[in-house]
Amino acid sequence: MSDEGVDESKRQFLTSALTVVGAIGSGYLAVPLLAQMQPSVKAMAAGAPVEVDLSKMEAGQLLRVAWRGKPVWILNRTPAALETLKTMDKVLSDPQSNDSIQPASSKNSYRSIKPEIFVAIGLCTHLGCSPTFRPELAPHDLGADWKGGFFCPCHGSRFDLAGRVYSGVPAPTNLEIPPHRYINDNLLIIGDEGNGGAA
Amino acid sequence: MKVNRLTACGNWVLDRFPLTKLWNDHMAHYYAPKNFNFWYFFGSLALLVLVNQLLTGILLTMNYKPDAKLAFDSVEYIMRDVNWGWLIRYMHSTGASAFFIVIYLHMFRGIIYGSYKQPRELIWIFGMLIFLCLMAEAFMGYLLPWGQMSYWGAQVIISLFSAIPFVGDDLSLWVRGDYVVSDATLNRFFAFHVISVPLVLVLLIFLHIVALHEVGSNNPDGIEIKKYKGKNGIPLDGIPFHPYYTVKDIVGVAVFLIFFAAVIFYMPEMGGFFLEADNFIPADPLKTPEHIAPLWYFTPFYAILRAVPDKFAGVIAMFGSIAVLFVLPWLDRSPVKSIRYRGGIFKKALFFFVISFFALGYLGTQPATPTLTIFARVFTLIYFGFFLLMPIYTRWEKPKPVPKRLTKSFSMEGFVPEVKSVIEEMTIEDKGFVLFGSSEFKRKPNPEGIRNVLFRLAKKIKTSLE
Repeated sequence: MSDEGVDESKRQFLTSALTVVGAIGSGYLAVPLLAQMQPSVKAMAAGAPVEVDLSKMEAGQLLRVAWRGKPVWILNRTPAALETLKTMDKVLSDPQSNDSIQPASSKNSYRSIKPEIFVAIGLCTHLGCSPTFRPELAPHDLGADWKGGFFCPCHGSRFDLAGRVYSGVPAPTNLEIPPHRYINDNLLIIGDEGNGGAA
Repeated sequence: MKVNRLTACGNWVLDRFPLTKLWNDHMAHYYAPKNFNFWYFFGSLALLVLVNQLLTGILLTMNYKPDAKLAFDSVEYIMRDVNWGWLIRYMHSTGASAFFIVIYLHMFRGIIYGSYKQPRELIWIFGMLIFLCLMAEAFMGYLLPWGQMSYWGAQVIISLFSAIPFVGDDLSLWVRGDYVVSDATLNRFFAFHVISVPLVLVLLIFLHIVALHEVGSNNPDGIEIKKYKGKNGIPLDGIPFHPYYTVKDIVGVAVFLIFFAAVIFYMPEMGGFFLEADNFIPADPLKTPEHIAPLWYFTPFYAILRAVPDKFAGVIAMFGSIAVLFVLPWLDRSPVKSIRYRGGIFKKALFFFVISFFALGYLGTQPATPTLTIFARVFTLIYFGFFLLMPIYTRWEKPKPVPKRLTKSFSMEGFVPEVKSVIEEMTIEDKGFVLFGSSEFKRKPNPEGIRNVLFRLAKKIKTSLE
């Protein structure tokens, strides 16, 4: 083969054109390959709302249900517990829940629709462990100032009985509150706010 | 007649495949420094453990079911009902820990003898990529038994990605393939653990060795043997890898297998360090175990993650603690490679680094109490200090003169009488019992002798640090 009379610029053009076409083609091919790792239609459908009957709940009881595979807590808080919530502000990092995730109906000082019934996703906002429910006052491992709440065993994050995070712990925000509403006094729906569709 | 036919057959292959050339280039005519000591066993031991993992891994997939409903039971089925299943599973789980022990020692060897320094930077980079792959492989493999630790460990580590601003939440959703760790996650981790990562791992090991054989092996003196070649072009201080080091490595393999078998048969869980107790409870997405900790080989990095009080900064610190190892060749400004000829500052820094690495490893296994968190912060600072201050202190240090040729070879023959005399000093003659007909068992410990030996050792360490 002789190299005489080779049109270098044509060769260069063809090389560039092929590179660009190949890159675009690979890009398009990458979309389905990568997107197939997204949650499947079935996994998304599993996010259907969950109904919970509260009629048998006792004061101070914690109920765990699964919604979208996540643990959801329903806590029936005692009047005494509700009182302590008012005294927590100075140790909390976001007492007004301005930087935290909750439906508008739960953005109040109790972080709930009904003051006594607290509904939250039981996963720490740090790295997703499920905190333990520690309602007792001043246990030896949590210190004398502990007024009841949730303690994450993984990395030591602390939350009060309204799921509000203490300051100086790894978790950045308060516990997430899922969309939920009441059908009647004793029937709770988790995963649906009743304003036209599941959130 | 028969031999001729065999030779003809061999020649037929050799005409079509450079078998002799490959053998000579990488074994029979690959000249390695003659003074390798026991630190140089760990490269070939890592290969041995890799083969163990591949072999037992393939056998395990024959009975394992990557399904959230079946996985836990299928592992128990392997342990109880599959013929020799317990052995194969313990070989695999112990092999994972052994892999990290061997690799950590292999990396430490690189650090003390400066094997990462010019011209071996790329070998070090490939090695670090292998280390990363190994961590990914171990992490994903640990999800497969689908126990409580598998589940919540994966939940925590995948949530690390969600700390990345803007794309974090979508990224961790994409990795999991579901809103929580679930069947989808288990299935894809199985695919990664069994196919993708091992393929990448084997490729990287190939590149690691090709790069090594291009520039040649370092040695405990940190001297380039290629600088002094004989008339035949062979390094004067080099000996052919085969048969010298292949045979030597067999000794290392034998010693390693003694420990490996002892663990497999007598303590496969290693007191919760190789297999954690909580992982014998099936995964429960609604309840986190009281105390979760990763397996021992991740605990130093896990302790660094917990030491930082901010979520994103903690993740950065954890990944940074591994990333900083990648740039080690450029942080070290000393003209000398081996610790034998380096100044006292580097030795002291390395001493504190090793202590902080072990301390972080211990702290990572413990619950995060306020006191321990403060300790973890101190040791995290020392860990990063070792690397980030290295450009400064390695410039200060006054290296000793480096000889032109290798000094002494490590000799097993010299080592044995030395050990024997130390043992004799530490014990005194006693009536005692005779075991295996050996007089060595007639001795009992001698406190004074032990004290003398320890004092001498401490003095030796002290003078070598000066």
